[in-house]
Amino acid sequence: MHYIILVLKDALSLLLHPSRELIGVVVLSMLVSGGGLIAAAIAGLPLAAFLAFSTRFAHLRTVTVHLLNTFMGMPPVVAGLALYLLLSRSGPFGVLGLLYTPSIMALAQFLLALPLVAALSHSAMVAVRPEVILAARSLGASPFQRVRTVIYEARYGIIAGLMAGFGRVMAEVGAVIIVGGNIKGYTRTMTTAIALETDKGDFELAIALGILLLAISLVMNFSMYFFQRKGKYQ
Amino acid sequence: MSLSLRIEDLRKSYARPVLGGINYQFMPDRVYALMGPNGAGKSTLFRLLALLEKPDHGRVIYENGPVDILDDMNLRRRITLLLPESGLFNTTVLANAAYGLRLRGVGRAEAKRLAVEALASVGLEHKADQRALTLSSGESQRLALARAIAIRPEVFFLDEPTASLDPENREIIEEALLSMRGRTGIILSTHDRTQAEKLGDVILMLKDGKLSEEG
Ligand SMILES: Nc1ncnc2c1ncn2[C@@H]1O[C@H](COP(=O)(O)OP(=O)(O)OP(=O)(O)O)[C@@H](O)[C@H]1O
Ligand SMILES: [Mg+2]
Repeated sequence: MHYIILVLKDALSLLLHPSRELIGVVVLSMLVSGGGLIAAAIAGLPLAAFLAFSTRFAHLRTVTVHLLNTFMGMPPVVAGLALYLLLSRSGPFGVLGLLYTPSIMALAQFLLALPLVAALSHSAMVAVRPEVILAARSLGASPFQRVRTVIYEARYGIIAGLMAGFGRVMAEVGAVIIVGGNIKGYTRTMTTAIALETDKGDFELAIALGILLLAISLVMNFSMYFFQRKGKYQ
Repeated sequence: MSLSLRIEDLRKSYARPVLGGINYQFMPDRVYALMGPNGAGKSTLFRLLALLEKPDHGRVIYENGPVDILDDMNLRRRITLLLPESGLFNTTVLANAAYGLRLRGVGRAEAKRLAVEALASVGLEHKADQRALTLSSGESQRLALARAIAIRPEVFFLDEPTASLDPENREIIEEALLSMRGRTGIILSTHDRTQAEKLGDVILMLKDGKLSEEG
C-alpha cells in the first residue's frame, strides 16, 4: 500500500512537471488518434449518408452495412497484423517504407474508427422517424435539404458514433504497437508507453499517462453529456 | 390568387387497388372536406395531390391561369400537406415554425417574424423557445399547423387535422382554418360530419376507389 502511494506521488509530480518525453508521447497520441478519427469522420459521414439516402446500388449498400458492422468488432491486433503483412519489407506495399511511422499508425486508427463512425451514424440516420422526413418534404425540402434535415435530426446519434470512435482510437494499443513499433521518441504513444513501462516495472510514467487518458475521456464524456442534454427536454 | 387543381384518371394500388381512376376539378380558394371510411384511400390521395408520391396512372395538374406549371420543386413549394402524425423536428417550437421559410431562403429575422405570427394564430407564441418534442399532442398538432401556415400555401391539404384532439384544440385549429378561407385552397379530410359541414364549401366522399360530391 505504502509503495502504491509513493508511485502515485511520483506520477502526479511527473504530470505537474512533465518531461519532454511525456509531452512528446501525449502529442503523438493526439496527432495519431485525432488524425485517424478526423479522417474517419470525413470518410465515414458521407458514407453513412450515402448508405442511408441513396436509392440505388441496393445490394452494394446492404453488403457495405454488413461489412461495417463486422469490422466494427474487429480486434485491433488483427487489423495491425493485416497492415503489418501488407507493409512489411517483403509485403506488397513494402517499398513505401511506411512501417514503423506515425502515418501508418494514423492509418490503422482510421481503419479501426471508420466502421464504428460510419455504422453508428448510419443507424442514427435511418432511425429518424419517417413522418419527420415526410413532413420535411411536404414543407418544401429539396432532396438535398431533406438529407440535411435528416442529418440534423440524427445529430445526437452521429455524435455518439464519433465519441465511440474517439474511445476506440484513444484506447487503442494492439494495432499501433504492431505497425508503429513503439519506438521511443518517434512512434511511442500513451497506450504503448503504458504497456512498455508496466512491463519494465516503471510505474510512475505508466500511471501518469493512465491518469491523463482517464482525464481526457472524462472531459469528452462530459462535453457529450451536456451536448445531449441540451437536445433533450428542458 | 391561388392555384387550381385538376386530377385526371388517378389510379393507385398497393397490395390491392386503392384509387380506381379518379377525375375531379378543384376550384381555387374553396374549402373541400373529404370524407370516407377507414382505408378508403384519403391519405393516399393526399400524398398524390401534394406531389409526395407518384400515381400508377393518371395526372395531377396544377394550373395558375392557362399555363401548366411544370417545374416540380417550385410548384411543390406553393402547396403543402399537413400529416396526421405531426412529425415535428427535434428543435425549438420557433425553429419548427420557421423551417419552411428557411428552406425557401427567407432571412433569419424575417423568418422569425413570420413564424411568430403563425405561432400566434394557433396560440403557441408563448412557447416559442420550448423544445418541440416536449409539447402535448394537441400543441404538437397545432405547431404542425403553424409550420404549414407560415409558408402561406396556395393549396393546403390537411389529413385529419383534428383527429384525437379535445374540443378546445379542435376549436383553435378550426378557427385558424376559417381565417384562411377564401385566400387559400383548402382540402381537409375528416371523419366528423359536423366538422365537414362547418368548414367545407363542398363535401367529397371517397369510397370504393371513387370520389363523388355530396349535396
Ligand atoms: N405505403 C403503403 N404500402 C402498402 N399499402 C398501403 C400504403 N399506404 C396505404 N396503403 C393501403 O392503402 C389503403 C388506403 O390507405 P389510406 O391510408 O390512404 O386510407 P385512409 O382513407 O386515409 O384511411 P383512414 O381513414 O384510416 O386514415 C389501406 O388499405 C392501406 O393499407
Ligand atoms: Mg388516413
